Amino acid sequence: MKSYDVIIVGAGSVGVPTALSLARNKVKVLVIDAFASPGQGQNKKAIGGIRATHSDKGKINTCKRSIEIFSTWKELHGDDIGWIQNGYSFPAYTDRDEKKLKDLMKIQKSFDLNINWLSPREYEALVPGINMENLRGATYSPEDGSASPLLAINAFYFKSLEYGAEYKFREHVQAITISSETEINVKTDKGDYTAAKVITAAGNFARDIGRMIGLDIPVVPDSHEGAITEPVERFFGPMIVDLRPSEDPATEDSANFYFYQNNEGQVIFCLTPSHLIKGTASEATSVFLPQVAKRMVALFPKLANLKVRRTWRGQYPMTPDGFPIVGATREYPNFINAVGMCGQGYMLGPGLGEVLTRIVTCGLTKDDIEVLSHFDLYRDFTGAEQFK
Amino acid sequence: MTDNRIKTHPVLDVPEKEIISFFWNKTKLEAKKDEMISSALFANHIKIFGHHHKDGSAQGIFCANGQCAKCAVIADGVPVKACMTAVREGLKVESGEGLPKLPDVVEPPKISNVEQVHTDVLIIGGGPAGLSAALQLEENRIHVILVDDKEELGGKLVLQTHKFFGSVEDSHAGMRGMDIGRLLAQKVETSTYIDVWKKSTVLYVFDDKKVGVLKDGVYKIVTPRLILNAAGAREKFLRFKGNSLSGVYGAGAFQTLVNRDFIKPTEKLFIVGGGNVGIIAGYHALQAGIKVVGLCEAMPQCGGYKVHEDKLRRLGVPIYTSHSIVSANGKESVSSVTIAEIDKNFEVIDGTHKTFECDTILIAVGLESVSEFTEEAGSAGIPIFSAGDAAEIAEASSAMFNGKIAGLKIVRYFNPDAKEIPASWYEKADILKSHPGPVQELIAMADEDGIFPVIHCKQEIPCNPCSTVCPEGSIKMQGDPVKGRPLFDGQCQGCMKCLSICPGLAITLVDYRKDKNNPVVFLPYEISTIEVKKDDRINLVDVDGNPLGIYPVLGVKATKESNRTQVVRVRMPKDIAKKAVAFTVQDREVTEPLTHEIPADHIRDDEVVCLCERVTAGEIRALVKKGVTDVNQIKAVTRMGMGPCGSKTCANLMAQIFRAEKIQQEDIVQNVRRPLYIEVPLGKFADGGQS
Repeated sequence: MKSYDVIIVGAGSVGVPTALSLARNKVKVLVIDAFASPGQGQNKKAIGGIRATHSDKGKINTCKRSIEIFSTWKELHGDDIGWIQNGYSFPAYTDRDEKKLKDLMKIQKSFDLNINWLSPREYEALVPGINMENLRGATYSPEDGSASPLLAINAFYFKSLEYGAEYKFREHVQAITISSETEINVKTDKGDYTAAKVITAAGNFARDIGRMIGLDIPVVPDSHEGAITEPVERFFGPMIVDLRPSEDPATEDSANFYFYQNNEGQVIFCLTPSHLIKGTASEATSVFLPQVAKRMVALFPKLANLKVRRTWRGQYPMTPDGFPIVGATREYPNFINAVGMCGQGYMLGPGLGEVLTRIVTCGLTKDDIEVLSHFDLYRDFTGAEQFK
Repeated sequence: MTDNRIKTHPVLDVPEKEIISFFWNKTKLEAKKDEMISSALFANHIKIFGHHHKDGSAQGIFCANGQCAKCAVIADGVPVKACMTAVREGLKVESGEGLPKLPDVVEPPKISNVEQVHTDVLIIGGGPAGLSAALQLEENRIHVILVDDKEELGGKLVLQTHKFFGSVEDSHAGMRGMDIGRLLAQKVETSTYIDVWKKSTVLYVFDDKKVGVLKDGVYKIVTPRLILNAAGAREKFLRFKGNSLSGVYGAGAFQTLVNRDFIKPTEKLFIVGGGNVGIIAGYHALQAGIKVVGLCEAMPQCGGYKVHEDKLRRLGVPIYTSHSIVSANGKESVSSVTIAEIDKNFEVIDGTHKTFECDTILIAVGLESVSEFTEEAGSAGIPIFSAGDAAEIAEASSAMFNGKIAGLKIVRYFNPDAKEIPASWYEKADILKSHPGPVQELIAMADEDGIFPVIHCKQEIPCNPCSTVCPEGSIKMQGDPVKGRPLFDGQCQGCMKCLSICPGLAITLVDYRKDKNNPVVFLPYEISTIEVKKDDRINLVDVDGNPLGIYPVLGVKATKESNRTQVVRVRMPKDIAKKAVAFTVQDREVTEPLTHEIPADHIRDDEVVCLCERVTAGEIRALVKKGVTDVNQIKAVTRMGMGPCGSKTCANLMAQIFRAEKIQQEDIVQNVRRPLYIEVPLGKFADGGQS
């Protein structure tokens, strides 16, 4: 049986950058995934937004580090992962949203985040053609950005191979047996592997993996649909998140929606249904496009002429309170969770990979400990993320 | 400079259309009202429509069918597909240079609900299979929505100017494809239970058992109880140096430009692929007055019907079997083609390269079924049937017949007590889709007396009109009544019916009654635009195109019954009378290879696999050599398949690379296909036309 320092279950948004960070730190690592190549679960469904402007220190710190990794990747390693620092913006069209955003901005500023309130005119300059009717202004965080999930994960993957990480694709994990605090066995449909520690970064399948050792990890995936358009010349700057819920009797109600123009010039958009659709089904439904299109052209009329190229459906592996579950378990200190990313695995992954490396190498910093306190499996999950 | 329009056609009536004017990059040009922008540009000798934003490569026509976006231009500020957008008076068309600019909107976009429509059966595709199936459902009073993306029903039938093979009884053999198409279309359009949605495209069969359809520009959501996929086939593309030059495209696009839009898109044409599609495209080209430099086929024999192939050879088009295309040469557009002989392992044999001057290369290397609607419906759990090329690639005659069977199967699905499908229908369906048999020698006829037909039909194919039409019943099929070879045995009135109905133009009449030593031979001829008249001296050829000598024409006649086939009378010595089948129309100089070298900068060093995202075979091969066999990963890294066409073209080329790199089939993971089938403006989903 081949043995490793660490086995990671899942070669996705979290598993691959974690393998890269571990391998770079000379940790002997194996990644196992049921799909045939990296990022074939929910990573490729991500639209690519990366922000540090969250509401808690855990995600803020983690994503700050992620942004450093994404934004310097080309400079350090040569390959273009499509990073652009286009910023995030949350326009407010109601009193309620304006207040909510301004309150949150105070918290964000206290964490030294670069985020500001723009007047309607200032916002129009960033997004020429945006609907100005009832616009009260917008938050804008210019240091946030975006990169291609497809290119990024493959860049991380090929780099991790150079550092000696190993991967087993098209293998289904069937059983995990914890023999001692320094030995775990992972059995797949094709082989048996042993390691000192196991990190589960299994995304949609976090609960199934937890059950293999008798733990209930409260992660339930729900569906979101997304789409991408043809590329056109750059015509607006930041990611736009419209927080307003919509009540549309013709289709179905929906919560927020968001979109941005990526490095290729394509607009990528996604919508949050107000009634969660649980499960892992990945086939597109007829509801999404009419629902999101009405909202998008009302907010930004110019989009009406932009051609939709492809649409898809993916999942947010959700926890009850919208925060991830990361860290060693109390029951089995060598079984480490890195799951429940709630749709933010892509932006959290690179930063988390380094924290997870420090868990493995017993080098956690004070900051790490504080970050992990937000992602504790043993919290009561009664809080709620301000916006997911 | 004269325009590139076909003014007269031997078979088609060129319609009179109002002349309008439009602008191309600020120059005022003429167009015909309602024609597509791409055709108007081709008519004005403009074949490069813009340059790709990635590498500046020239872009132009490729599918002529709305499936890709290679023909993208800017019309009145909005990026559109030139092949799907009609030209209007005063329209300002600009070339697509790099990424287009998204125009500002003048009025706030309309927002309204999308209409939900219910039907028993949704038929995707109004070609021979879909129309035939629809007519069975009409007879059984089952409600149908038939969706077709063209302005005219009939599918590819309406582009076929040649007479059809198959059987007279089951598939209107002997009629021209376009006339069959119109006949079926007319029946469907005057029906009671069939809603015909023309200019409409199925975008996807969604997981919630609903089908998104863009109905003449308005989005609709259809809930069918059952779907019939009769969406036909798409053409396979080929990897070779220079394969993305302007002027390299499929035979389907060519037929659309020539036979629908009456455009002469080329002066000198070369064809790759000797199946029926390629051979017929060559024939259509000659009918349209286009020079055909040659045709190459990788196999030792053409895959198409021998009679089609012979027809082309006889007119003076060389056919190079066991030859493959090496490169399309040119800077932006094709200026020549290089082919070479290949051995049995398909490796090029040194020193056999030949280069020909041409401006267009048609790729006709086979078809593959449009199967995605079947897969999507299966995944969503909607009962699905398929017919025609969407089920299995075969001739249109077969599509008509198996469409009829599919129609009755659907009737039985809804009403299990409906009449059973006779077993003989399935046998007939098998015969109609059968591949051509081996080439056999003709049995020399001993008679040299009276008048009788000589049937130059050397191969078993499903085709029997000559036997059906003979008033004396003297032409009998040997063996199978549809597929057998015809044999003349009996009386002949000299009525010429067999001569004029034969789709292969392979029947002559020899008349010994006036002069036994110098009989008169009646030859069928279909290219009246290359005029042949009394006293012209013509180069007679035998069935394979071998010369028999030059003889004067006695006379030319076209009867109403002969359906635009002329009969050319020639007196000739009796030793060649039973051999002569036709005469050459194309000069030998047209087909001579070039003797000078091609400039180095006219030869590309890599083949393009993904035309939309400009991904080369080299980039893909490098990943495959690294061990990457998941197409999803290749797509993620290179963007192959992420363009507007949605891997309709590159999927097959990717498979060829895996084969060439000897990757095992079980190691290959195919990429996931997602909606939409074609790109659609976001505003179309926001406004269901009900505002």
